[in-house]
Amino acid sequence: MNTAEPRSWTGRAMPRLEDPAILRGWGRYVADVAAGDDCLHVRFVRSSHAAGRIRSISAPAHVTLVTAADLAGLHPIRAVLDRPDYVTVATPILADDVVRFVGEPVAAVLAPSEAEAEDALDEVVVDIEPLPAVLSAEAASRRDAPLVHDTEFPGDPNTVVDGRIHTPGFDEAVASADRIVTVQVGSSRQSAMPLEARASHAAYDRATGRVTLHATLQMPHMTRTGIADCLGIPEDDLRVISPDVGGGFGAKMTLAREDIVVVHLSRTLRRNIAWIETREENFLGAWHSREQVYDIEGAFSAAGELLALRGDLVCDVGAYSCYPVTFGVEPLMAMAELPGCYRVREYSVRSRGILTNKCPIAPYRGVSRPVQVLAMERLMDVAAAELGLDPVQIRRTNLVGEFPHRTPSGLVLDDASHLETLQLAADMADLAEFRERQRAAREAGRYLGIGFSSFAERTGYGTPAFAARSVPMTLGREEIATVTPGAERVICTMDPSGGVTLRIGASPHGQGLRTTLSQVVSDALGIEPSSVRVIDSDTDTTPYGWGSFASRAMVIAGGATLIAARELAERLRVLAAHRLGGLPDDIDLVEGHARRRDTGEEIALRVLARDTYHNAQLIPDKGQPALEAVGVYDPAGTFANACHVAEVEVDPDTGEVRIERFLVAEDAGRLVNPAVVDGQIHGGIAQGIANALYEELIYDERGVLVTTSLMDYLPPTVAEIPPIRIAHLETISPASITGAKGVGEGGTIGAPAAIANAVSDALAPLGIGVFHLPATPHRLRTMIRQASRTKEAAS
Amino acid sequence: MKPSAFDYVRPLSLDEAMEQLAIDPFESKVLSGGQSLIPMMNFRLARPERLIDINRVPGLEGIVPGQDRVTIGARTRHLAVQNTGLQGPLGSLLRTAAAQVGHLPIRTRGTFGGSIAHCDAASEWCLVARLLDAEMTVRSTRGERTIPAADFFQAIFTTAMEPDEILTSISLPALDDHHVTGIAEFARRAGDFAIVAATAAVKIEDGVVTRARVCLGGVSEVPWRSQAAESALLGSAWSAGAVAEAAAAAADEVDPPSDSHGDADYRRDLVRALLPRALNTAGAGS
Repeated sequence: MNTAEPRSWTGRAMPRLEDPAILRGWGRYVADVAAGDDCLHVRFVRSSHAAGRIRSISAPAHVTLVTAADLAGLHPIRAVLDRPDYVTVATPILADDVVRFVGEPVAAVLAPSEAEAEDALDEVVVDIEPLPAVLSAEAASRRDAPLVHDTEFPGDPNTVVDGRIHTPGFDEAVASADRIVTVQVGSSRQSAMPLEARASHAAYDRATGRVTLHATLQMPHMTRTGIADCLGIPEDDLRVISPDVGGGFGAKMTLAREDIVVVHLSRTLRRNIAWIETREENFLGAWHSREQVYDIEGAFSAAGELLALRGDLVCDVGAYSCYPVTFGVEPLMAMAELPGCYRVREYSVRSRGILTNKCPIAPYRGVSRPVQVLAMERLMDVAAAELGLDPVQIRRTNLVGEFPHRTPSGLVLDDASHLETLQLAADMADLAEFRERQRAAREAGRYLGIGFSSFAERTGYGTPAFAARSVPMTLGREEIATVTPGAERVICTMDPSGGVTLRIGASPHGQGLRTTLSQVVSDALGIEPSSVRVIDSDTDTTPYGWGSFASRAMVIAGGATLIAARELAERLRVLAAHRLGGLPDDIDLVEGHARRRDTGEEIALRVLARDTYHNAQLIPDKGQPALEAVGVYDPAGTFANACHVAEVEVDPDTGEVRIERFLVAEDAGRLVNPAVVDGQIHGGIAQGIANALYEELIYDERGVLVTTSLMDYLPPTVAEIPPIRIAHLETISPASITGAKGVGEGGTIGAPAAIANAVSDALAPLGIGVFHLPATPHRLRTMIRQASRTKEAAS
Repeated sequence: MKPSAFDYVRPLSLDEAMEQLAIDPFESKVLSGGQSLIPMMNFRLARPERLIDINRVPGLEGIVPGQDRVTIGARTRHLAVQNTGLQGPLGSLLRTAAAQVGHLPIRTRGTFGGSIAHCDAASEWCLVARLLDAEMTVRSTRGERTIPAADFFQAIFTTAMEPDEILTSISLPALDDHHVTGIAEFARRAGDFAIVAATAAVKIEDGVVTRARVCLGGVSEVPWRSQAAESALLGSAWSAGAVAEAAAAAADEVDPPSDSHGDADYRRDLVRALLPRALNTAGAGS
């Protein structure tokens, strides 16, 4: 084994190979595939009632109408989790008989253009007899609450997940505490809101009877499995391609009912069919997240040590499960990871997922962790204030500093740098200088605040982690074996010209993975990234893989890539040694050549490659006349970590929050491409700011979504995002063979808590703390008004 | 979303435009900058059968100062207003207000008159027009008439214009140098429609307010001239305290709507906060 591995590309902030085409408008998205194609366009008729029974669906004769009755023989989506507290509910492909949320697809219309399909939509009449709806987790779990699904609930009504952990020494630890600190935190519903809404285009091939589905996805292989199961067809009858994707953020890893309809119609009508989702539909029906309330209790010693943590966590999961990860995704992640980066010896938690007549939840960047971190970080600040400690000091007392560390829920934290990132962040923030500015500002009637947020970001977890969480997933018919996501495979091939092709099962959608994997390959083979081509997101041309989600691609697909590239490099050394003499271990691969370290003799890789394919008689050891290696990687996972600091000013008259500074001390392990890593952090923080201050899905009292356009649902623009300063530590953990840790979600996970703490710090003189996000100007101003009235009344 | 089917005509003169509009006025819409109409058509909130595009009609753009009044062509783009060299308190107000209209791409296409004809209660130009008692000149094949702002803005998205009329110009009083003018608004994000906006023009002679105009947006269906604030200011000694009192009077006077961006109390709080900011009294004595 050669140890002199050059590191020239890894660590370099090289520009992304993907960007020139995308920035020039040469990207190819699903709508581009549909444009100009002679396809029929589908529009979905959606329920305008939160709960009801369908009496009739009708349309004039000239409208091509498709209802559940036309989908006989299709299997419903059944996302199943192998837990005793889990209640399985089926999702019909189109609503049959009953509707369960506003926006649920009840029928489809077909027309030659999008506009005509929109016209046809107007002509469909759906007669629904309203039924009582439950619109909050609290109302839904009350005794005698109307049931969202007519099924058995072993516990409280509509409760589909009810997980508990209680460590043996918990009660004793609480009894020994000097102070019990309680907080309740919560988040409104939010949307991942990718710029490109959902879209699909199914092309029917008369010659083979196969359908090629272009759709905007994070999991093309899993989507094919899911659709094939629902249609009851062999997977090979369907090819799934995810072309350029305009943002996923988790929202595109869940199987869409609409995509199943599109493929079914293409097969039965033997036509090409397209569906381009509107923004309104995307808000109504394309997954929500984060509607959670946590009641938290921390038992502290007088010195600020957290002795025990109790949590009662409630997640409103909407009307259906999501395939493949199920509606257990939020409550179970919250339960397993609430302690985060803190040493919690004793832990008692109950975490529930509760059905309501609202849009189903599904993963969104960070999943439950933005709320978990909000809970822990508010707890730390409130405890610090009650115990007279400084916010940095109380974190230092409680952060995990020795690794590996086993959490009370059984997770193992690998090597990380919680104490070091906290210190780095505190140094960057210059807390003493800030406190002086804050004091002066308060005297002038201005409200400045600073907030810290420390967190661990679980990334790159494969089969062992998913199996341990006991989340086997099944669909459709019961006899289908449960499955557990995990490994990624890659196939690394050198062609006769010396160029390298990397076929991956992961499915990048904006993360720059083609660039970063090319960097990994280039270092292993001594070539340049521009001669590496990554092929992804096509079930016909890539090995089966799980796709890109849960901050996994660089860790898992990157690890598989390194394994494959090293194996290919080893083969090249054997071939080179055969030509140049010496042993394979004496050969270095540099600058497109194989070079003997002792003599300096070299041979171009393209010569080796060409001879391997075209002059097999030259190949030693009866090897294959090809240059190809397969890499498989399936790690248990690795935790990235960071400390965020937000500095804000609150306008007491309007309730507006202005973020003055945002600082990040990040540890994502080895940085394969620092520019890509910083880009992930920037984007994540922008979404964290959105979660903290701007975005909120609002239902009215009848269960109608009010916020269905970008006039009402407010993603921040570039004007609302402050400059972000990032400093990096690089802890190399043995849990990742590339040394890289995932970094896709951390920005979104850490930012909301840092901002909530900063706003609370700013408004501390008024006795105001922020516990529910988003902290909109309206909410803050209302609290400020009430606080000043209370103050007036007291004086 | 896609608009429903419509016919499109692009007249080359005002007469032709009025004739086209007269053919089927109730099912036709005039297309100027299109910054509100086109999104409304895409949402299918508006379904005109005919669009009459006046972008090639000559003589509808420009800011023309006169003796006592300034006339602004209806199709004058927001950006042209933002860049106007018009002197005095009116020019300053127009530039400040224009800078708060949407984003740059909106300002390059959207028009002064289009905004007024659209009649959104939070729009800068509806506020300024009502503040200064603008006069709107409208024309149809039946003739020309002038409508004062007090009569023009009738309800949300509803003006006194007949369906066959085209807004051609808006005239505003030239304000002498004794005036202090300003506009302040609060929106969740840069470029959004204001939740509440306040604009004012106050004439100060020898330290005493001799004329006060205050107009608020986002507190009622149409721009709201605050008589309470105006009478509080009139005759008072010009000071930050007087403006704060006027703002408090305005806040008590209005009966604002509640929606997802804020309830009535919040909007009253914003009135109280924004009127002093509109008149930039932070530095003035109390």
